Amino acid sequence: MDTSEYAVLVAGIALIAFVLWYFFGAKEKIVAGLNISGIQEVKVTVKGGYTPDVIEVLAGHPVKLSFYRDETSSCSEELAIRDFGILRALPAFRETSIEFTPEKAGTFEFTCGMNMLRGKLIVKLG
Amino acid sequence: MKATHHQTKDLKRADLDVQGMSCAACANRVEKALAAASGVHSAAVNFATKTATVSFDPQTIDVQHLVQTVVDTGYSAKAGSDQFSTKEQEVSQEASDAEYHEIRLKFWVAAILSLPVLAIAMSHGRVAALNFVGSNWLQLALTTPVLFYCGRQFFTGAWNAFRHRAADMNTLVALGTGTAYVYSVAATIAPQFFAVASNLDIHSHSAGAPVYFEAAGVIIALILLGRMLEARAKGRTGEAIRRLIGLQPRTARVLRSGIEQDIPIEQVVKGDIVIVRPGEKIPVDGFVEQGSSTVDESMLTGESMPVQKKAKDEVFGATMNKTGSFQFQATKVGKDTALQQIVRLVREAQGSKAPIAKLADVISGIFTPIVLCIAIAAFVTWYIAAPVDTRLSMALLSFVSVLIIACPCALGLATPTAIMVGTGRGAENGVLIKGGEALEKTYSIDTIVLDKTGTITRGEPVVTDIHANDPFSPDEILRLAAVVERGSEHPLGEAIVRAAEERKLQLPGATNFNAIIGQGVEAQVMEKRVLVGNSKLLTDRGIDVQPLQTVAEELRSDGKTAMFIAIDGKLAGVLAVADPIKPESKEAVEALRKLGLRIVMLTGDGKRTAEAVARQVGIDEVHAEVLPEGKVDVVRQLQQEGRKVAMVGDGINDAPALAQADIGIAIGTGTDVAMEASDLTLIRGDLRGVVTALSLSRATVKTIKQNLFWAFIYNVIGIPIAAGALFPITGWLLSPVIASAAMSFSSVSVVMNSLRLRAYRAS
Repeated sequence: MDTSEYAVLVAGIALIAFVLWYFFGAKEKIVAGLNISGIQEVKVTVKGGYTPDVIEVLAGHPVKLSFYRDETSSCSEELAIRDFGILRALPAFRETSIEFTPEKAGTFEFTCGMNMLRGKLIVKLG
Repeated sequence: MKATHHQTKDLKRADLDVQGMSCAACANRVEKALAAASGVHSAAVNFATKTATVSFDPQTIDVQHLVQTVVDTGYSAKAGSDQFSTKEQEVSQEASDAEYHEIRLKFWVAAILSLPVLAIAMSHGRVAALNFVGSNWLQLALTTPVLFYCGRQFFTGAWNAFRHRAADMNTLVALGTGTAYVYSVAATIAPQFFAVASNLDIHSHSAGAPVYFEAAGVIIALILLGRMLEARAKGRTGEAIRRLIGLQPRTARVLRSGIEQDIPIEQVVKGDIVIVRPGEKIPVDGFVEQGSSTVDESMLTGESMPVQKKAKDEVFGATMNKTGSFQFQATKVGKDTALQQIVRLVREAQGSKAPIAKLADVISGIFTPIVLCIAIAAFVTWYIAAPVDTRLSMALLSFVSVLIIACPCALGLATPTAIMVGTGRGAENGVLIKGGEALEKTYSIDTIVLDKTGTITRGEPVVTDIHANDPFSPDEILRLAAVVERGSEHPLGEAIVRAAEERKLQLPGATNFNAIIGQGVEAQVMEKRVLVGNSKLLTDRGIDVQPLQTVAEELRSDGKTAMFIAIDGKLAGVLAVADPIKPESKEAVEALRKLGLRIVMLTGDGKRTAEAVARQVGIDEVHAEVLPEGKVDVVRQLQQEGRKVAMVGDGINDAPALAQADIGIAIGTGTDVAMEASDLTLIRGDLRGVVTALSLSRATVKTIKQNLFWAFIYNVIGIPIAAGALFPITGWLLSPVIASAAMSFSSVSVVMNSLRLRAYRAS
């Protein structure tokens, strides 16, 4: 093996380590739980992912998630919260509101239609 | 604009659409006015979405007053509705149309610019006309706009995802094409760094170092083409539900204070008298008050025969009035109509989880980063393993091919598209499927339990036979029996009265009415003493029933209930009442048997009647004299034997058994309660719908399995080939161009396979 081969090998291993750490490592959590007059409204921006991507709400109160899709990338064109039987098209550059009332506490996922972009909905007992 | 009314403790919530606000200060003003109104608990006005969300005490104030409060402040407002409207649909349709047109334009630009680049690359320097000095620079000039104009969305998408520490489809395309492009640009500008006597077969250029502009350009073009086809095909998966929403008429003709007026459908309220003329759509649900007609309900029930409607019959919004005019009273409007309920149910089903896709969900979540790792590993391996003169080319080619061939989309599309088309097709046939889990469970069903009354039979007894003894005529004994039975509330008696009324027989009054529990009734009718009852009653009164005993016996063996009639102490005849078998039941049972199911019939009726009915429709296994609460036990018993049981019944009486069964199928209950308790709901009371439901579910699950298999296998085989796994054996390295074609094809083919379900025909 010549020098360049060693260099490529080392760089390759380093890159793989970076990919695994960057994509699977612990993510920064943004918790956005809001409560006005019994409705918990949270605005979420959709652009290559969800901001915020961790949302905390209380069980038993209606939740309104307003998704603003700030891109045309087709990866984010649908939003699914399958535990609540929700699948909705998100038109680009528009706000789409989704309402439901979580009855049970637990952690649920909201994802894109193909399950690649993900966010967490944490339902706590009020 | 969407809105809802929610109940939180004693407070209600309403969303109002507010128009005319020009600044945040306006919003503030509206908010204050609303908050100050008595009965309002809190109010929030969103200027961006032009909505006011109000939480209020319904005892003190209602939505109309809230609207008035906003109007008084100087803005216009209206209450939002929770309906699925064509408007909402149009907005999303417009947006997706615009996206589609943009992708199409970009595809054509990419295709036209990439074609000459592909020609130069494919000529491998052997075609003199294409082998000129500066050809690399021409390729650079042609490919640059393809990447940065046509392929821009992949790069911005990848970057956005990267910032979220996420990786998706865009990441793969951007990295793959970006790598090929950056390398080629470098090799064009400074060929001396790369011109290591590059003589890799497929790319020997006169200009020195090999370049891969065609890979970058053609990949973008092909992936855009794939997106285009996929977008069109995916659009078709939701067609059924769009058609359902589109069925709703926009206006209704109502009679208010004696004046006929056309009003938007949103303004129809409960209790309105609605007028429908021939050829018009019925706007909302209600009961006919005046007039009669035939109505085509196929859009909701899948039944192609028009249905007769007369006073007191229920009519449904969105169905088509055919021949006559009638007036009906609206009982369900807005989001409560059958159509809206169906749409809501189908939407929920389409968004539901399918346990079968669990593995695919896990994989698609980690797919992209793993593919990135494989691509890097392939690059390193080839750089080290290949001969020095070709190592960079081979490493690059396999790196790009792995990124491009990997298709998370096929995995992601496999389940949702099939569920979407399957549930949509079901709704068009009057079969509502609760969701992915219900579909899967239906697939493994091996036993089906049918409730007799209302499922196999019509559930309403009718007079089937009249045997009259001389000198009495059939009409006369029916008439007298009806007069006597009119006083009783027994279902058999009601059948006799109905039969007499249908024959338009005169029914005089009766006196000295006497009911002998469990035996019959007697009364005095126009000087005649009439007795209707079983043989015991007649024998007790000293009347010989022997002459008609054989006839009665025969009737009973057919599952009918026979009743003797005596007039003035003489045996006059025998009447038979039975709950008639629906004409399609036999055919349906046969079809269920063909699906390989064990068929069990349940009924509260006596053994004899039950067996007669079972024999006529071709069922061997009968549980008779089962009390309503005993139905659950029968289902449980079958389950304990290890059977996967589907229970078919009328959602209301059979709710516990429906819930106990692995799959509960509610039949013919329209859109009411049963939907909640059952996994499958048949809008039409026709047993053939069960056959449709079961075979459609099976077809859908089969499609999901095919899709998942194809998506897995494609990636499992494609990625190693792209990484060069076949090279040591065959000397064959996949070109990135082929990889991109395969990738585009794989996701389109999954969607197309799901679309095949659209062709499903109800048996």
